[in-house]
Amino acid sequence: MEAYSSLMQEILDGKFVFTGELEPEKTTDLTELVEGAKPLVGYAVACNVTDNPQSMAYMSSLVASYVVQRDAGMETIYQLRCSDRNRLALTADVLGAAALGLKNILALTGDHVSLGDNPGAKSVYDLDSALLTYMIRRMVDEGVDLAGKPIHEPPKIHVGVAVNPNADPLEAEIIKLKRKEEAGAEFAQTQVIYDMEKVDGLFEIYNQYGIKVPVLIGIFPMKNYGVADYFDKNIPGVSVPGELLETLKKVSEIADKKQRKEKYMEVNLEYFEAFVRDIMKSEAKGVHVMAVGYEAMVRELIARVRGEG
Amino acid sequence: MIVVEQKPLEDILDMVKDSDRMLVLGCDGCSGIYQVGGEKQAEMLSSMLKIGKKTKGGKKEGDLKIEASTVLRQCDKEIVREALEGSIEGYDAVLSMACGAGVQTVAEVFPEKLVLPAVNTKFIGMQDREMGDLHERCSACGDCILDETGGICPITRCAKGLLNGPCGGQVEGKCEVGGYENDCAWILIYKKLKEFGKIDQFLKLRLVRDNRISQSPRDLKGGVKYSGGGE
Ligand code: SF4
Ligand code: SF4
Repeated sequence: MEAYSSLMQEILDGKFVFTGELEPEKTTDLTELVEGAKPLVGYAVACNVTDNPQSMAYMSSLVASYVVQRDAGMETIYQLRCSDRNRLALTADVLGAAALGLKNILALTGDHVSLGDNPGAKSVYDLDSALLTYMIRRMVDEGVDLAGKPIHEPPKIHVGVAVNPNADPLEAEIIKLKRKEEAGAEFAQTQVIYDMEKVDGLFEIYNQYGIKVPVLIGIFPMKNYGVADYFDKNIPGVSVPGELLETLKKVSEIADKKQRKEKYMEVNLEYFEAFVRDIMKSEAKGVHVMAVGYEAMVRELIARVRGEG
Repeated sequence: MIVVEQKPLEDILDMVKDSDRMLVLGCDGCSGIYQVGGEKQAEMLSSMLKIGKKTKGGKKEGDLKIEASTVLRQCDKEIVREALEGSIEGYDAVLSMACGAGVQTVAEVFPEKLVLPAVNTKFIGMQDREMGDLHERCSACGDCILDETGGICPITRCAKGLLNGPCGGQVEGKCEVGGYENDCAWILIYKKLKEFGKIDQFLKLRLVRDNRISQSPRDLKGGVKYSGGGE
């Protein structure tokens, strides 16, 4: 298998990889995004660029992915949702992404548009994440679109998928990865999890079904108590471990801003360094750190587990 | 059956504000069976409209000719023609209590008449008498795959109509759409297929649909084999 991206090259080389996450918002200004990516160069091998997360109508992830690669020198994983585009639009975006030098796509079904900030929008779902994966692999490997029409200069791009180890029933979710693997998925990133029990639960079913797709475990260091509390209350099916949430709450009561910030770092590092070290001993091929806007933390965490910190 | 729901009376009154000679036309098909647009409801609506027009529209009894009638099935051209030919002339408008197909059938048979909808057509449903609820179960996609999905329709019951679900939005078997109250269709499918020892069918990658099959408007040419009471 040929690697077009650094992400895939490192996975193939057997390196334990780290990916980060960037979120373009409802703006035309990408400065913050580019500045947020810069400190991660050399730490994370690539960063996901979200596509209308939670169905919010934000700036194009395709454009943001390109600008981040160009201006920050950070490889990107262009997230692409089926909620908002039919197969023609998806084909167009995949071709466009490849033309702009993007090397990785994360194929997502996408939250339902009724959950977002334009809830009356029409949702599309002409394809789902498995079919989008299938489509991209046909474009890359066979040089044809979904209808079998030949592509002049086919794209060279990798495709990954998401998987949720918090799901209940878990088996239905994990074996979907088998289906996505059959469709051609080359890597998978998980939703946020907080403990090894979830990691082990995932790999148990994964092995039972002989799944081979490299998996990156999603983690979420939390910049402050507010973020943690919001996440805990509003993201269905996941909760922040009670003890960690309590500790963060205590930190939030520290009056001095600098001290508080340092303490947040310390608490996060303590928890996640141990967690990541455990993940490194599992079958996971990497960690996906979803700490948007908390670059200092992501960088330090990666440096420490690599023994550079 | 086709599930319909009566429009708010104010909306209907507004819709018919220019018509004082009106036939309120019920349907004994789905609409009547669900007691939304049958004979009784048509009579009830016609009285309400009279009252409304008198109180809010300032009309007098003599100005108005609002009557009720019902046909066996408004979605059958022959039935509609036979039932209304000769009697429909006296009205300037027909207020139909049938589904959208019924409304348009009347309008096609009597093109010179203004035909208005008194109900909103909701979906093809299943009734749950015990709870008194109606649930959507089929979107008439034109290419039924219930055989592959444990008899549970993902096109209709999955909020995203996914062929390869469940999506990441299910939590404990409930769907992200509608506040985690509805069952996730794909978890129902998973459970059913597992129960039947057909997990392979769940694992199968279902390839894209040819959406031309469900491209409206659809016809079934020569599809009528039995006219069911039209003669
Ligand atoms: S698959 Fe669903 S929508 Fe299509 S015909 Fe069957 S029940 Fe109806
Ligand atoms: S949660 Fe289940 S029913 Fe709802 S959109 Fe996702 S797969 Fe479909």
